[in-house]
Amino acid sequence: MRASLAQILAAAGFLTASAVGPFVPSAIAASNDDVLDVTSPNEIAGLDPAKSGYIFSRTQVVETLFTINRDRKLVPMLASESRTENDGLIWHFTLRDDVVFHDGTPMTPQIVADDLQRAFERPGVLHQAPITKIAATDNGVVVTLSSPFAMLPAFLSHYSTVILAPSSFDENGEVTSIIGTGAYKVDTVTPPLHVELSAFDQWWNGHAHIEKINYLAIGRGETRTMMVQSGDADLAISLLPVSVTQLKNNPDVNVTIATVPRTRMLKLNLAKPFFDEVTERKALSMAINREALSAVVMRNRDLAATKLFPPSIPGWSTDEIAPLEYNPDAARKLLADAGWKPGADGVLENDGKRFEVTLRTYASRPDLPLLATALQSQLRDVGIAVNISVGSYTEIPAGHADGTLDLALLTRSFSQVPDPAATVIADYGPGGADWGSMNWSNTEAFDLVADLKSTADPIARVAIQEKLAAILQNDLPTIPVVWSELAVASTAKLENVYVDPYEQNYHLADMRWAP
Amino acid sequence: MTTRSLQGLLLTRLLQLVAVVLIVGTLSFALMYFLPGDPALRIAAGRYGPDMMDNALSDMVRVELGLDRPLLVRFASWMGDLLRFDLGHSLVSGAPVVDEIALQLGYTLWLAAIAFVLALIIGPTIGAIAGLFPGSVFDRVTLVLSIAFRAVPPFVLAVLFMVIFGVTLRWFPTAGFGGWQNLVLPSVTLALGLAAMSSRVMRDAMAQVSQAPYFTHARYKGLSDPTVVRRHGLRNASLPVVTYLGLQMVYLVEGVVVVESIFAFPGIGHALVHAVIARDVPMVQGTALAMGGLFVLLNSLIDLACLRLDPRLRRMPS
Repeated sequence: MRASLAQILAAAGFLTASAVGPFVPSAIAASNDDVLDVTSPNEIAGLDPAKSGYIFSRTQVVETLFTINRDRKLVPMLASESRTENDGLIWHFTLRDDVVFHDGTPMTPQIVADDLQRAFERPGVLHQAPITKIAATDNGVVVTLSSPFAMLPAFLSHYSTVILAPSSFDENGEVTSIIGTGAYKVDTVTPPLHVELSAFDQWWNGHAHIEKINYLAIGRGETRTMMVQSGDADLAISLLPVSVTQLKNNPDVNVTIATVPRTRMLKLNLAKPFFDEVTERKALSMAINREALSAVVMRNRDLAATKLFPPSIPGWSTDEIAPLEYNPDAARKLLADAGWKPGADGVLENDGKRFEVTLRTYASRPDLPLLATALQSQLRDVGIAVNISVGSYTEIPAGHADGTLDLALLTRSFSQVPDPAATVIADYGPGGADWGSMNWSNTEAFDLVADLKSTADPIARVAIQEKLAAILQNDLPTIPVVWSELAVASTAKLENVYVDPYEQNYHLADMRWAP
Repeated sequence: MTTRSLQGLLLTRLLQLVAVVLIVGTLSFALMYFLPGDPALRIAAGRYGPDMMDNALSDMVRVELGLDRPLLVRFASWMGDLLRFDLGHSLVSGAPVVDEIALQLGYTLWLAAIAFVLALIIGPTIGAIAGLFPGSVFDRVTLVLSIAFRAVPPFVLAVLFMVIFGVTLRWFPTAGFGGWQNLVLPSVTLALGLAAMSSRVMRDAMAQVSQAPYFTHARYKGLSDPTVVRRHGLRNASLPVVTYLGLQMVYLVEGVVVVESIFAFPGIGHALVHAVIARDVPMVQGTALAMGGLFVLLNSLIDLACLRLDPRLRRMPS
């Protein structure tokens, strides 16, 4: 009887060990100093390219037919060249003939055609393109369209269109493993957090300098910062603004920052009496002190979004467009001109209707609730009462669909497809969009959107883009607040770190350890 | 131990397990349904992220998953699957729930088991010493420490440990799960919270036992102090502690959810948080069932331990 407790503890220990035993080898791996430890907030939601393809494309495991280079130009990757015929209705993509998948099989036109067909039929960007047929040829693929679509190569650089080996799929067409063509091949995946990669010897574009990569998704920005400080991470993607200041003073860490094509903006429901007049929207814009918001919340005064598109986006930001200004007195006057007079408590009223709106935002971007609170205060100064609702970001498309949305503070990327036109066409066309305009109508803008879809000539496209940008600046269907930057911290012993402003590629294969 | 009492206990626990499965399953289904917001939008968000998710994708998800079917039909379909021991597939990743839980439960059990063993070493040991010398400086210091460690929420303790032992001293990794070193900070975070309470329970039990007539009698009959404590002290004092350990499982489950998220540990707690956010009903049900089942299993082990420790329990009619 003396050993009874010990026996029971031993039994419990045995049961636990039996239950966890099978997981030990994969869980407890030997740590290695030569391994490049990368951490980012992005978790692996599933192996399908539409779900987490961006993790595998940024880590250079999988590749697309096209990509964006460091000069921000779209260039062929797995494709070698492209040409159109029949007034842009037929696209011929010639493929590289030296590409091998990680399982050793060669990349063939039929495999690429099958992958693209799959991407077209499933959620992703490709179903937005007017594709009628995808077929393999001797040395490439032919895509037939129902109407001209100049952005097709840009769409073929999106992570949902990556090229996977047939052995990646099960008999139902579901992705069960990631077997790509990139610089790194997958050794292990532990969804949702962890991936181990090693350099692929037969990569068509050379050989990566660093042999092993250890990718860990860490949701909390503070933890990512601590991991860099402690040396547990060699490369930490996406730092909080407050951490950037902290890390810049650390001699063992380099911080690299790029302005990215992503704008924090206000989405307005133009069917509401508060925002139906352009004067009201201009007043709202003038009431926003962007410089203060960018200096205090984003910790960088240069991020004040005086235009929708940051200057880093070529062809969309021209000096001819006057920047949005902060002028609360002018805002009050414009609102008064629109019929809004201060009520007893200072909140504006018009025909007995109070200027009181609900602003929806979300906390998965930590700066948004802070910006919302600051905006609430700034708008109150001109007599606009704002109630803030912080919830899931899905409440914004939900409010768009059922028309209950007043105002939303959101962040919108213009580089999902590395041609901002794709986002602009989706967001500012007729009918609006979940993350774009709502109940906005502007015939001239809609015509320009239609022209942008079909025009292939680069010079003509820039002219259209500039006209469209000017309309969006004057009519304000959405109101830009602050631009964004991507901050990356790396250990000082890591060289050739490059931050891709289009967030397409971490360029891990170019990185090397300092001698 | 009589066979009858053991059978009675196991039967009761088995019935409890069935009840837990039915209640947890039904409740998680109902809770997910009645939470505000459109499930299809949430699932689409979980799958495709904020930059790509929109109403068009959520409509595709709604059709794909049959979310537009009447509630009762969906509930009956799910219940039917559950009765066939089929937990279905994750609505987000598409992987079988059983596979995902098997992987995540493995990590969680590692973490929980190490935390539990650490807590067993720290709590009752400190408590036993403090109980043998009630009112001493050691007793008072451990009282203050136990209050402090129980009052501080696990997430605060976790961040403190990361800053001290990860960033400043660099003794252990701040986050991740690459090796045994990664288990140290999360398991100590959990263990200290557990030990804080069990040490006080042990202290009070030991103080009470040391005042008991049989304890004094053992000394009078000439046994040495270590022998008295080993034979008559620890066994009697451990009974309330072992019972209390069962209750502490609740703290462990709650702690695992928080600690896993902070230390980026791919366990069942982390999975549950994400499944709730993404309205991944099969994953919520699966993780809740696994946690509930584990709770019943561990409590059964505690009951067995009590039966072994206390002969009076074995003599009671079942």
